Amino acid sequence: MTRRAAIVGGNRTPFVRAGRRYAHVSAQDLLVAALDGLVARYGLAGERLGEVVAGAVLKHSRDLNLTREAVLSTALDPATPTYDVQQACATGLETAVLVANKIALGQIEAGIAGGTDSASDAPIAVDDGLRHVLLELSRARTVGQRLAAVSKLRPGQLRPLPPRNAEARTGLSMGEHAARTALASGVSRVAQDELALASHRNLAAAYERGFFDDLLTPYLGVRRDDLLRPDTTLEKLAALKPVFGRDLDGEATMTAGNSTPLTDGAAAVLLASDEWAAQRRLPVLAHLDDAETAAVDHVHGEGLLTAPVEAAPRLLARHGLTLADLDLVEVHEAFASTVLATLSAWEGKGLGTVPREKLNVAGSSLATGHPFAATGARLLATTAKLLHERGGGKALISVCAAGGQGIVALVEA
Amino acid sequence: MAGAPAGDPYGTFVRTGPGRFLAARTGLPRPPRLRRYEEGQDLLTGPALVTGLSGARHVDTVRETLRAAGASLDAGTGNLGALVVDASGLRTVDQLGELLATAPEFKRTRGRVLVLSAVPADVEDPEARAVQQGLEGFVRSLGKEARGGTTVNLLRVADGATTSLRSAVQFFCSARSAYVDGQPLVVGPGEPRPVRDQRVAVVTGAAQGIGAATAEVLARTGHHVVCVDIAASGEKLAAVANRVGGSTLHLDVTADSAPRTLAEHLADRFEGADVVVHNAGITRDRSFVNLDEAAWGSVLAVNLGAPIRLTTALLDHPGALAPGARFVCLSSMNGIAGAKGQTNYSTSKAGLIGLVQALAGPLSERGFAVNAVAPGFIETPMTAAMPPVPRELGRRTSSLQQGGLPVDVAETIAWLAQPDAAGVDGQVLRVCGQNLLGA
Repeated sequence: MTRRAAIVGGNRTPFVRAGRRYAHVSAQDLLVAALDGLVARYGLAGERLGEVVAGAVLKHSRDLNLTREAVLSTALDPATPTYDVQQACATGLETAVLVANKIALGQIEAGIAGGTDSASDAPIAVDDGLRHVLLELSRARTVGQRLAAVSKLRPGQLRPLPPRNAEARTGLSMGEHAARTALASGVSRVAQDELALASHRNLAAAYERGFFDDLLTPYLGVRRDDLLRPDTTLEKLAALKPVFGRDLDGEATMTAGNSTPLTDGAAAVLLASDEWAAQRRLPVLAHLDDAETAAVDHVHGEGLLTAPVEAAPRLLARHGLTLADLDLVEVHEAFASTVLATLSAWEGKGLGTVPREKLNVAGSSLATGHPFAATGARLLATTAKLLHERGGGKALISVCAAGGQGIVALVEA
Repeated sequence: MAGAPAGDPYGTFVRTGPGRFLAARTGLPRPPRLRRYEEGQDLLTGPALVTGLSGARHVDTVRETLRAAGASLDAGTGNLGALVVDASGLRTVDQLGELLATAPEFKRTRGRVLVLSAVPADVEDPEARAVQQGLEGFVRSLGKEARGGTTVNLLRVADGATTSLRSAVQFFCSARSAYVDGQPLVVGPGEPRPVRDQRVAVVTGAAQGIGAATAEVLARTGHHVVCVDIAASGEKLAAVANRVGGSTLHLDVTADSAPRTLAEHLADRFEGADVVVHNAGITRDRSFVNLDEAAWGSVLAVNLGAPIRLTTALLDHPGALAPGARFVCLSSMNGIAGAKGQTNYSTSKAGLIGLVQALAGPLSERGFAVNAVAPGFIETPMTAAMPPVPRELGRRTSSLQQGGLPVDVAETIAWLAQPDAAGVDGQVLRVCGQNLLGA
């Protein structure tokens, strides 16, 4: 049997630039806050759900059972099972697909998907040499063995290794990868700045009309995304200096204004069978119809963040759709250039164009920020509510991810 | 037994050895510890005595009620947990003298004194009406003489008021009414509607203070509580809702869309509300001559405009209210007495009394009831923000010589929300420890 999973609603913390108001809380704390707000909104305290699936991209070694530990701190029944997923920036949407698939198969009736990340509380590893010494020390049984282990210590090993926002196989940061794609796609600086401006304006307008009142719960006194600049202008954005692609053979166009900064936050979505939602008289905003993931060989020259370019045509073809059949398109704004390069690549593949009035209409990552694993869940809840407000329609969500991967999903109300 | 309310340093000090000594020597107030509701506690701290004066008609009902609630009626000569005096049959000035005979029983009561009267407006004979009205002065004065946390209240029993009389006797004799003192209340003949499996209550301003306490007591008494507050208070609101197994609704009660949003939420998600508590309120204190339009307008909009608009919408929207629904408005002692620097607040809170009185008749025709509670000095974030001297005065100028707790107001609201209290309608019940202001 298969059935479509209903999207009941979502909740997230406001997103905050790394190192600010959430600097002293962990990814787990953020996830608990997002989950508890969702549990309260839908009156789920004490309920046992089919499962809760979430994850983080920046994970401490202690976060082995991140989602389980988070759920134990919420008002949910502790008998709710969990597991963790890690698929870089695709995590928050991939978890939703996994929960939705179990609902579709009738294995569970309801579940929560989500993601969390704290760039402020990022794990710091130690030098491999030091790690080997420490492990040997823990195995030592005699004083002699301990001394032998300690004697292998070298001052250079005491240097911590903070996580790098760089691809393991290329050593290039995500921004540098995106800059190469931007240059290759001929994406202009002005077009990027315009997209960033639209993101801020759309997000500000959505807040203004109370759109987020039932999608967001304040945390630690923060009431809205602190990256939002309602008063930004094209002039202000144009004045920013490029930060990526400066050593490339062409104009550097990517600035702090049209790239997402490191962000802290968490998001969660409640998915259920229609019957489960109806029994509890809960709303059904939309259904998660289908999804497709793709990967590209960024190691050998393909654009790191271009996997959705492959995934979307496969998904749409499966449903006999083109971009023209969609009412809304949500393309995660890792960088403004990524969105523009993706749209132009889709067009090149004969998928059609996306009118700007259908694109990221309630703002996206450039204005809200991008706590890696949380973004997919934020996008899914926002998109479902937007469709519900319109009284129906179809939407495509597209999220690119590190490692040359990407996920797209089809949502229908 | 609950100690002194948090944030009452004097109340805490005076319960220490040196504090007791100093207070006794100097004649400073010594606030008693109030007995409050605890799971599984007895109704009373000792046996009850029910006395009927000439023409009394409710003695059997009251005795049965108290016995059914587990109280012993074997009075003996020791301390009493409650004294109920049925004076509803007194008709002449001479008969009022029978009250004197209860003085020895009053003296040995440690808990609750309840006087039953007729509804004066229903009594035609001038002397009889005067006598029945006289009981109010008797009760209010006796309340000021009672010591050790004993409260004295007056139930005006209308003809045919059986169920709500039983319910009122239980409430006023229990620890749930700890901070209700020196108050008259009319008990009418309304009968409860059949109760559904899951009763639903809505509390506005539920993120903290009296609202949060009300959510807790309503949950304890079997309600799913829809906790409503502005989005900015969402974090606290979620904690309250999850603690009481309820749910949240982020809503600015003054927003244009608020009435429709609330009505649809209640109809779609819950098949209507059984209880609606208009608790959301704000203060913008300033002397009248210094009040600007914003400080005036926002207080009136939140405290008075919103309850009117929300109530209208709920009454108009099909399915937003369950049969037998109750409304409770949070008025204030300052809405009755007035308060310096609170012309806006007092106007709004007095307005709510008018709203309750206006709606009581029309709503009862539809099987609903509407009442107001008027808290006195309650220890909340709102009173914590008061200047120290008025704050200390506010605490000590009541017969119980201390501020109340949010739970005291919540217990009263939850009682008015009970199906059995159906006969209480259009009333304003003060929860003020018999504060001197406006009493």
